[in-house]
Amino acid sequence: MREWFYLGKEWIESRFPAREFWEDHLVKYYAPKYLNFWYFFGSLAMLVFAIQVITGIFLTMNYKPTAGTAFASVEYIMRDVNWGWLIRYMHSTGASFFFIVIYLHMFRAFLYGSYQKPRELLWLFGVLLFVLLMAEAFMGYLLPWGQMSFWGAQVIISLFGAIPVIGSDLALWIRGDYVVADATLNRFFAFHVIAFPLLLIGLVVFHLIALHRVGSNNPDGIEIKEKKNEQGIPLDGIPFHPYFTLKDMLGAIVFLMIFSAVVFYYPEMGGWFLEKDNFIPADPLKTPEHITPLWYFTPFYAILRAVPDKFLGVMLMGAAIAVLFVVPWLDRSPVRSIRYRGPIYKIALAVFVICFVGLGYLGTVAATPAATIFSRIGTFIYFAFFLLMPIYTRLDKSKPLPDRVTK
Amino acid sequence: MKTYLLIMAMLLVSSAVGAIENYRLDKASIDPADTESLRRGATLFVNYCFNCHSAALMRYNRIGKDLGYDEAQLESLFIFTGAKVGDLMEIAMPPDEAKRWFGVVPPDLSVVSRSRGVDWIYTYLRSFYKDDSRPWGVNNAVFKDVAMPHVLWELQGLQAAQFNVLIDEEGVERRVITELELVEPGKLSNEQFDAAVRDLVNYLHYMGEPAKKIRLQLGKWVLLYLALFFAVVWLLKKEYWKDVH
Repeated sequence: MREWFYLGKEWIESRFPAREFWEDHLVKYYAPKYLNFWYFFGSLAMLVFAIQVITGIFLTMNYKPTAGTAFASVEYIMRDVNWGWLIRYMHSTGASFFFIVIYLHMFRAFLYGSYQKPRELLWLFGVLLFVLLMAEAFMGYLLPWGQMSFWGAQVIISLFGAIPVIGSDLALWIRGDYVVADATLNRFFAFHVIAFPLLLIGLVVFHLIALHRVGSNNPDGIEIKEKKNEQGIPLDGIPFHPYFTLKDMLGAIVFLMIFSAVVFYYPEMGGWFLEKDNFIPADPLKTPEHITPLWYFTPFYAILRAVPDKFLGVMLMGAAIAVLFVVPWLDRSPVRSIRYRGPIYKIALAVFVICFVGLGYLGTVAATPAATIFSRIGTFIYFAFFLLMPIYTRLDKSKPLPDRVTK
Repeated sequence: MKTYLLIMAMLLVSSAVGAIENYRLDKASIDPADTESLRRGATLFVNYCFNCHSAALMRYNRIGKDLGYDEAQLESLFIFTGAKVGDLMEIAMPPDEAKRWFGVVPPDLSVVSRSRGVDWIYTYLRSFYKDDSRPWGVNNAVFKDVAMPHVLWELQGLQAAQFNVLIDEEGVERRVITELELVEPGKLSNEQFDAAVRDLVNYLHYMGEPAKKIRLQLGKWVLLYLALFFAVVWLLKKEYWKDVH
């Protein structure tokens, strides 16, 4: 019996590098031994992605992507499909949790300078994933075909119309009709369930390959590869499996507890995860009183609204995302981690976080004159954090780095 | 571009309309676990609402299953047409005709509790008042100039509104309803009527999400399972990590 097993194993190994893969990425991939709370969110993002893909497949079996049937088919899933309500709530809650996890994952990079050399490409793949995720979420939100789905899409797609010369033709091309309509819903469905998930999976693989080439950063922001033992294993590194597979599993369970609490007890999350107006079928003739995107887009929406000129607003909103791509080259600090940075960066990051959350709030309220002024201040701080980074990170007084990772 | 301008214009108009101060909402205080209340509410629903409003995302036999009616009871209590128990709760009124009669097509009520909220519906249904300038002779304190007649009139009776005249910042005179007073009693007393509306709202709340009951019941078991799972994995992790530090 054992013999047969080994024969089979050999047969596969001579034809497929399963063992090399297992070793390179798990048992002989060495991660720094002291990774704290902030290092859970990478694996959690993969978990949420898996939840979205699996629940998404089951939703697709009963969802009908036409303007006449979409809304009712979602309620059909909620009522008549076995466990349909659970699958749907997991998917809708998963969307919001995906962004919570990704925002915390990105914040980790700012805490510990994870985008700095040699991890620039890893960061670039990550930002690209963030952009794709926003597109994926935006198109998915149209599918229930409620009032907010419809009018949110209507407003956002019309933003493309602000681009000079080609704008209105471009918006028309995206919608496939003069307003958001059946054609739009149908194509967004195709993008949401096939095109973007494929791109996302491909980029996640690139993100991980890049990570495993350069190795995980750590809260000290030092290279564990610089101190190795005789076998060439980093002194402060431990194999990813079983150590971090088990640790990440604990993180995953805690995450699932919070996630389940929302799915089972607060699936609408007071209108933040499922908006009230989205329980009214899309009506092209009736504009809701107050159109807001879902919470995860609101910081960028606030930046858009802070500018009186529509085209400049769109440009600035695009710039707010685009600036993330160049962060590795804006940061001139000799150290990575906030633990060894001086006070300027600490204050800058704290102010930035407050302003980002503030913008998120402002993006949800009506654009009163006061809200607009605050949005402008927030927008200014948002860009100042990035654009002044080359100056203040160089001025900052950093502390000496330790030789080995610390707790 | 034109579309965008149109949207913005509509947004401006609608936000101006939305700026009218809202009538205070009363707490519905429903009890979703009270099956008797749900049954009374379901009866009220099919008798008073269901002629004009559909509930086309809901099936008759779902009511049977959740509120404990067999097929014969469903047919005698809830189905007044040739519909089958497994059918969706659709109505016979053609939308075009409805639009001619009421000015708007009465909305489907399947998920109305989720878009409006129970407190809003509870207050709305109790806030019709006499207004001879309106086509049905009534207006509503919560939903101004609503196209719906006061369907529960025979139960509640008729109320009259007392107004306070305010001048707003822009110097426009505005009449604000301060109180509604019963001027013509109906079949039910005030308390009885409130209770009946509460039953109806309870039913609408149930119909908005029939799976809510099982969702809430299941939650604690899922969390309990995860907590046990956590304990096991925590011990395993501790065992492995012993040799790290």
